[in-house]
Amino acid sequence: MSDKSHDPNQMTGAAMIVRALIDHGVTDIFGYPGGAVLPIYDEIFQQSEVQHILVRHEQGAGHAAEGYARSTGKPGVALVTSGPGATNMVTPLTDALMDSIPLVCISGQVPTHLIGNDAFQECDTVGITRPCTKHNWLVRDVNDLAKVLHEAFYVATSGRPGPVLVDVPKDVQFATGTYHPPRKSDVHRSYAPRVKGDAAQIRKAVALLAGAKRPVIYSGGGVINSGPEATKLLRELVEVTGFPITSTLMGLGAYPASGKNWLGMLGMHGTYEANMAMHDCDVMLCVGARFDDRITGRVDAFSPGSKKIHIDIDPSSINKNIRVDVPIIGDCGNILGDILQVFKAEAKKPEIKNWWQQIAQWRARNSLYYKKSNDVILPQHAIQSLFEATRGKDTYITTEVGQHQMWAAQFYGFEEPHRWMTSGGLGTMGYGLPAAVGVQVAHPDSLVIDIAGDASVQMTMQEMSTAVQYELPIKIFILNNQYMGMVRQWQQLLHGNRLSHSYSEALPDFVKLAEAYGAVGLQVHKPGDLDGAIQEMISVKRPVLFDCRVAALENCFPMIPSGKAHNEMLLPEQANDEATAKAFAGGKALV
Amino acid sequence: MNQPASAYFIEERHDPNETHTLAVLVQNEPGVLARVIGLFSGRGYNIESLTVSETEAQKHLSRITIVTTGTPMVIAQIKNQLDRMIPVYQVVDMTQTRRSIERELAMVKVRGQGEHRVETLRLADAFRARVIDATTESFVFEITGNTDKINQFIDLMRPLGLVEVSRTGVAAIGRGPEGM
Repeated sequence: MSDKSHDPNQMTGAAMIVRALIDHGVTDIFGYPGGAVLPIYDEIFQQSEVQHILVRHEQGAGHAAEGYARSTGKPGVALVTSGPGATNMVTPLTDALMDSIPLVCISGQVPTHLIGNDAFQECDTVGITRPCTKHNWLVRDVNDLAKVLHEAFYVATSGRPGPVLVDVPKDVQFATGTYHPPRKSDVHRSYAPRVKGDAAQIRKAVALLAGAKRPVIYSGGGVINSGPEATKLLRELVEVTGFPITSTLMGLGAYPASGKNWLGMLGMHGTYEANMAMHDCDVMLCVGARFDDRITGRVDAFSPGSKKIHIDIDPSSINKNIRVDVPIIGDCGNILGDILQVFKAEAKKPEIKNWWQQIAQWRARNSLYYKKSNDVILPQHAIQSLFEATRGKDTYITTEVGQHQMWAAQFYGFEEPHRWMTSGGLGTMGYGLPAAVGVQVAHPDSLVIDIAGDASVQMTMQEMSTAVQYELPIKIFILNNQYMGMVRQWQQLLHGNRLSHSYSEALPDFVKLAEAYGAVGLQVHKPGDLDGAIQEMISVKRPVLFDCRVAALENCFPMIPSGKAHNEMLLPEQANDEATAKAFAGGKALV
Repeated sequence: MNQPASAYFIEERHDPNETHTLAVLVQNEPGVLARVIGLFSGRGYNIESLTVSETEAQKHLSRITIVTTGTPMVIAQIKNQLDRMIPVYQVVDMTQTRRSIERELAMVKVRGQGEHRVETLRLADAFRARVIDATTESFVFEITGNTDKINQFIDLMRPLGLVEVSRTGVAAIGRGPEGM
């Protein structure tokens, strides 16, 4: 018998977890210790290759890992204990599932013999997280652990990326078994995401594109997930075809906001020109987006006259909400490359001058118009000022969820992918602050700003403490209107202005709160002081809470009212009381 | 025409519902059935019948047969959603191929005396149901066939003293020499 004690691959389950992280190139993880993960924390203590960031709440670990993942393209890793540690991860896991973010969560579990006994801090973690992960595993044997961990990383990052969870009972962490480095056979034979697009479908798509009179490209987060090559190819396709391009909330930055073919974001709070182009186009090329209800508006009136091409790596996205004519399943970088190749060889730039003239007329409506004031800061103005002050800097933006998020999407111009981290699908208030922590860990020398609302930011405010501990100079730019602004807006538009519980009677003094955390607090009331205060915020090399007092009752326009089509947008100049009442009549049921 | 109040109400297309039988080949690992069922309940799909058993022990393969209803768009969604689950190898729409056989087994307990008992036996014979348990006042029949045949048999037994029914749900397999 060979002497196993000298075999370097013999180790405890806890050691395997740290080794697997190193083998997968993980340098930073976010977590919170507890009884069921103590062996893993003991291993973390005894090494220096993986840096652990201690958060203040497990939800913060999850969102930080998401921010880390979105800003780098690498998987984010979170480590939590059993029971409440795991249940606190449910929100970030669901968030990552909705937005296709690669996330690997390792959770501790009570020892195998106690599973099912209602033991202290026990919960059915794999049961609870089954619908909010791409896949999850409970590891009952230490000799399965290495394979499962490698498979977890593969599943999280391949195909349509997503969150995975590996639940490891404490006795498995203590037990000794055989580790092996990642290898190809560590993957379910049943899991084989399709990457390459079907050649015949690609030819059909090119034929449609080449014959288009009123084309539009509608791109989404899939382009960014696919990697830098997809972004490059998308830009090239726009250049080669001369087509106008719009994007979902998740896709901002894939095509530069300063690009001449850019229409702005589409959807419920998208620009007039983007939504009108979607409605009136004759050929729509959807790249890595999923026809979400916030994009389509009224489904049976969605882009009625167009042939639709849909590129998506997930076959279940095809024909889910909107029937398409030419579905192409595969990685969008790969497929864009093929489309470009065929287009360049066989087609020439279609003549679409009339279409651009039409678009120019829609643009002239200036749908993002708002009325500036000398007395009070308009939230749109605040974002524009922030954008001007950070233009050309190495900046990453995260957001919370609500009006400020939509204004950020409308008024902050993104030039590059991976610079915009927002909770799109799930709409998680409290996402932005911990996400900023994760982004700053990944990019220590960059300017990381969370554009926040006063309500959202309080949901995960405790992570300021994390930022201070690790000297992460994140900037929390709070558009403070003392309301849950989007809730108030809907109550005004749809519920007779009965502002039920959308006003925060007692907000903290954010300046004092910042100081209590050991961060810097700034407050500004007057438009004239805004630029100076923003400069001060940027120059401070410490975490900042920036309390930007803005007009309380400003609404976010333009807006597609409930049950309406893209060409029935409500523009800001039309949004008087009568028009709004009419536009929103009977639409209460829309979420 | 009345405008629907919300986009959520007009989303439903009024295509007629279809019933489809899906054969799903899965890795037999803990939780795999929960995943499949969770998908159906979580996304609001129907399950009319569900049959599951390990079919190839060495390869750890199980076969799940699901009878479901929905519009063609929903059926396509169900197949795609099943197919993208990590432990799912293959999803075959047995209804779409139109070359499949479906069978179900039911055990039917009937209680009665006198003329009813004779009539019960005569009908059972016509349906090729076997008696697998008998007392002086009851029978348990075993019957196999497609769902319609079993439904019909159960309906006929009802006035003759039907006590209870246990059904396996549908199993399906393709005709001809090819596997799935």
